[in-house]
Amino acid sequence: MTALAITKPQTSILPRRGGFFSRLSDNFWRHPKLLLLLMLTPPLLWLGIIYVGSLIALLLQSFFSIDDFSGMVNYEFTLDTYAQLLNPGNFDIIVRTILMAALVTIASAIIAFPIAYYAARYAQGKWKALFYLGVMLPLWSSYLVKIYAWKLILAKEGILTWLFDKLYLSWLLDGVLALPVVGGNSLSVSYLGTFIVFVYIWLPYMILPTQAALERVPGNLIEASADLGATPHQTFRTVLFPLALPGIVAGSIFTFSLTLGDYIIPQIIGSSRLFIGQAVYTQQGTAGNVPLAAAFSVVPIVIMAIYLWLAKRMGAFDAL
Amino acid sequence: MTSAVRFQKVSRHFGAVRAVDGVDLEIAPGEFFAMLGPSGSGKTTCLRLIAGFEQPTSGHIEIFGETAEGIPPYRRNVNTVFQDYALFPHLDILDNVAYGLMVKGVGKVERIREAEKALELVKLPGYGSRRPGQLSGGQRQRVALARALVNKPRVLLLDEPLGALDLKLREQMQEELKSLQRALGITFIFVTHDQGEALSMADRVAVFNDGGIVQHGTPQDIYRRPKTRFVADFVGSSNVISPDVMTVLGGEKRWASLRPEAIRLAADGIEAKVENASFLGASTRLTVGIKGTHLHVMLPAGSDIPDIGIAIRLAWQQDDVHYMDDAA
Repeated sequence: MTALAITKPQTSILPRRGGFFSRLSDNFWRHPKLLLLLMLTPPLLWLGIIYVGSLIALLLQSFFSIDDFSGMVNYEFTLDTYAQLLNPGNFDIIVRTILMAALVTIASAIIAFPIAYYAARYAQGKWKALFYLGVMLPLWSSYLVKIYAWKLILAKEGILTWLFDKLYLSWLLDGVLALPVVGGNSLSVSYLGTFIVFVYIWLPYMILPTQAALERVPGNLIEASADLGATPHQTFRTVLFPLALPGIVAGSIFTFSLTLGDYIIPQIIGSSRLFIGQAVYTQQGTAGNVPLAAAFSVVPIVIMAIYLWLAKRMGAFDAL
Repeated sequence: MTSAVRFQKVSRHFGAVRAVDGVDLEIAPGEFFAMLGPSGSGKTTCLRLIAGFEQPTSGHIEIFGETAEGIPPYRRNVNTVFQDYALFPHLDILDNVAYGLMVKGVGKVERIREAEKALELVKLPGYGSRRPGQLSGGQRQRVALARALVNKPRVLLLDEPLGALDLKLREQMQEELKSLQRALGITFIFVTHDQGEALSMADRVAVFNDGGIVQHGTPQDIYRRPKTRFVADFVGSSNVISPDVMTVLGGEKRWASLRPEAIRLAADGIEAKVENASFLGASTRLTVGIKGTHLHVMLPAGSDIPDIGIAIRLAWQQDDVHYMDDAA
C-alpha cells in the first residue's frame, strides 16, 4: 500500500489542458457525429458534385441526339442514340468488348488462384514480402511503358517469335496465329495478343483480393473438411472456393470493368477493330458525336450493374 | 481383442523439435480415454496423428488393427471435434452436420434425416436453418459434436472440447459427453490440460510431458499413486514433499506425495502453524507451515475452522504417504 501512497488530495475531475483545442476535443467527444460530418463533408462534396454530377451530365447527354447535317447536338429527349447502339457496327463493338472482358476475367481468376493460394497458405516471412513485391512491382511502372514493352515482345520480329524459333516450335506459333478470329499476322496485331496483355495488366487486381479472401479462411476448416471425409477436390469445391468467392468476385469486378473501359491496350496491341473505350474516344473526339459517346459509356455501367446483381443473387457475398 | 488405437514407438519430429517421441499407447474399443498434459507436451500432436493431419516420422499406428500411417484423413473412419469447432461459416447448421454424409454421396433426403437425428441427439432440434454465427459457444460445441457423430465414426477425437466454455456449461457438457459416450459405445479420445476434466470424465488417462507419456492408468490410480513428481504436480492438489522434509516428518528420504484429505487434526500430531484458511463449503482448505515447509490440508465439513496464525497438531497414516520416482 505504501507504494501507492498519495501525497496530496486530488480532484476527481481533471482540469482542462490547453485552451481552444481542448474545448474543441470536449465538444467532439460529446457530439461524435459532428466530427464525422466534418471529416466526411469534403470528400462527399467532391464525389457528389464533381463525380456523380458529371456522370449524370453524361447520362443526360445520351438522351440527346446529333443533327446529321449540321453536326450540332439537338437538345431534345430521344432514344434514337441508344437505338444507334444496336446498329450492327456498334453492336459488334459491345459484344466484342464484353466477350473480351469476360475471357480476361476468367483467365485472370484461373491464373490468380494458385498464386493467391500459395501466398495465403504457405508463404511466410521473406517469401510473403517477395510475393507482395512481385505482384505490386508491375503496378509501379508506367502503364504505357508496359504495353509498348509487350508490343515488342509480341511483334513478328520480337523475342517471343525468336524464342519459339530457337525451340523449334515456330510451327506451334504459326498454327495458333493461323486460327480464325483470334489469330493474325503476328501476336501483336491479334485478339490473342490483346487478351494476353489485358490479363497481364489486370492480374494483380485479381490476385490481391483473392489472396485476402483466402487468408481469412481458417486452416482448420480445410482440416475439418478432410476429417469429415471430403477429398481435396471436394474440399476445394465445397469449402475453399465458396469462401474465396467474395474475393474472386471483388477481383473480377476490377478485371471486368477495367477491361470494359480500357481504350489504350486494344489501340496499341490487336487488330484494328474497336472496343467500347475506343468507340467512346473516337465518338467524343474526332467524330464529335458526344451523345453517342455518352450512350456507349452507359453500356459498361449497365453491364456492371447487371453483373453485380447476378453475383449477389448467386450468393457471392454471402460469406462476407 | 484388437485395440481401437495402437501406437508403437511413434515419433513425430518437426525439425529439431520432438513433438512426440517414441510413444507406445493402446486404447481399448469403447473406452473414454483422456490425454492430459501441459501445452507443448505432445498430446495434441498424438490426436492429430490419429486423425491423419500429421504423419509419424517413425513408428507404427493402427486403428482397429489396420495400418493408419500414409492414409489421408478423408479415408479414416475417425472424426474430430475441433477446439474452436471449425464449423463452416457459409453453410447453415443442417448442412454443416450433413457435410460428412454429403461428401460421401448420401442422398439428400437421407442425409437431412440423419442430420436432424444427430441434432436431436445433442439437444439442438430445430436449429438446422441457423448459421454458425448465430449460435452461442456451447451450441456451436454441440453442432461440432453432431457433425462428427453423424458419420458414425469408430473413434471420436475431441481436442480440448470444453476449453472455450464457461464453468457451468463445462460441467454440464462433461456429464452429457460422458452419457453420450456410454450410450453410443464409440471410443472417445479427448485432449485436455484440465486435470479435473480428465479425472472426472475418462476411464483411463495418459499424462503427457515432453513428447512422451509419463504415466497412464485409471483416474484413481493417477490421483492416488502418481509415478513421478511431474504427475503429482500436474494432476495437482496433492502435497509434493522433498526427501529432506520427508525425513524431518519421519518418513523415508525420498520424494513423496500426500493428499490433503489424508491429513487430519490429532492431539499427538506434529505441530503446524495455520497460514491460510479457505472455506469451500463441503470442506475447508488450510495452508499450514510445518517443519519449514508448506502443506495443504483438507478438513471435512463440520470441523471448526482454526484462526489464522494459531498452532495446530496434524497427523496422517504412513500408508497415505506415496513415494515417487525422482524424475521431475
